[in-house]
Amino acid sequence: MATKKFKCKVCGYVHEGDAAPAKCPVCQAPASEFVEEVEATAAEKSANKKKGIDTNSNVYTIIYASVVVVIVATLLAVFSQLLAPQSEANVRIDKKSQILAALNLRGLEKTEIENKYAEVVVADRIIKSDASVINEGVDKDKAAFAMANKDITPDNLPIYVCTVNGETKYVIPLVGKGLWNEIWGYISLNDDKNTVYGAYFSHAGETAGLGARITEYEGFQQQFENKKVLTEDASDVALSVVKVGKKVEGLSADSRCDAITGATLTCDGVNNMVRDCLKKYMIFLTSNE
Amino acid sequence: MSKLFSKENKEVFSSPLNLNNPIAVQVLGICSALAVTSQLMPAIVMGLSVTVITSFSNVIISLIRKTIPNRIRIIIQLVVVAALVTIVSMLLKAFAYDVSVQLSVYVGLIITNCILMGRLEAFAMMNGPWESFLDGMANGLGYAYVLVIVGAVRELLGSGCLAGFQIIPDAVYEMGYMNNGMMTMPAMALILLGCFIWAHRAYNENKEKK
Repeated sequence: MATKKFKCKVCGYVHEGDAAPAKCPVCQAPASEFVEEVEATAAEKSANKKKGIDTNSNVYTIIYASVVVVIVATLLAVFSQLLAPQSEANVRIDKKSQILAALNLRGLEKTEIENKYAEVVVADRIIKSDASVINEGVDKDKAAFAMANKDITPDNLPIYVCTVNGETKYVIPLVGKGLWNEIWGYISLNDDKNTVYGAYFSHAGETAGLGARITEYEGFQQQFENKKVLTEDASDVALSVVKVGKKVEGLSADSRCDAITGATLTCDGVNNMVRDCLKKYMIFLTSNE
Repeated sequence: MSKLFSKENKEVFSSPLNLNNPIAVQVLGICSALAVTSQLMPAIVMGLSVTVITSFSNVIISLIRKTIPNRIRIIIQLVVVAALVTIVSMLLKAFAYDVSVQLSVYVGLIITNCILMGRLEAFAMMNGPWESFLDGMANGLGYAYVLVIVGAVRELLGSGCLAGFQIIPDAVYEMGYMNNGMMTMPAMALILLGCFIWAHRAYNENKEKK
């Protein structure tokens, strides 16, 4: 056993032996001024050792950063994989509830939506702008439903064929720009492909209480009902959202919807969205197959 | 046990709730406080998310604080916070989809919430895990309860509901009462927050004088 070490508190002299010396040989302090120096325990030693690593060195910093990134990436990947089915199901149900809302089937319980959708929507078809069918979409949720908004092009147009109370309806998805962010919606037409049956709009970030009312205010969506999509000679899309009292040349009251007060720019966005999106379907809408 | 709930720890826990409240006194995290408080439900979820994230990021940073290289400490803190925020946002998408749609970008923006970074840098880097946990939770709760108060007032006056349930009876509407549309706008949240801070300061000033 090694001898114990005693340190003088006054001058720092270290004495080795079994007990403190009676007097410090350097500063003459009495034995009471000596403190035993305890050898560092194993734990403290390892702690000291850790401190010994220079946490500011480049190598340590780079290794540390890489390790942290790998751990975090693994963690996130695992979580994402675990939760993916659940959140995808939610997105799917949300989309279905919006399509149903355009068919005037609102306020359904979450659990009912899948069944109701399966009952109402006969096919999610993909067509071309010349009205030729690319994909009949008879296996549900595989064709138009699985298409992302950004994939909608004149050669790739989704359309949902539905049956409500024995009548055929067509639901057309709409995508456009609002004041701040993306807006989208669904519009359902009767089988004459001209009369609106119902409409639903949603948005990613319009002003709360103003532009956001295109989603919240059902009255805005309901006024689309029974409006005519096409002009009388069926040469153009007539359906428009216009400010109350504003005169528009050649726009009949049958195709005119009122914009929301205080949300002019968002409603202009809805107007452009409805017109631009429906124009792509012109041949489909005017053909009588 | 007595050490876990010592006087200092109680102090750590209670000060962010009142005298050092992140919103009322330090005026941090205002942006999200304005954006998510138009209704009660998102305000509660947002408050809880922030509480969970501050608590656990504080604990994690506190556990590894001695190993963090000084030069990249902010980045490491951000990585930890970002990971937690992403996990919380994924959980919300999976189990509370409607609320996550309402909160939209603001869950992701918790990463840049000054309350979190402030607590990590000022507290967790210097204190043990348990104290840091208390500190994080108290700051989160201090943030949450202000959100809940503002959210409740705005939803009640703005749409006559609380958490989606109608509170103001139809009879009152028939007598000519109208919902205050201003309340649903972020500007009113700022004014309400101002009123809250005013009341909070006035109350604490009185207490100090006594």
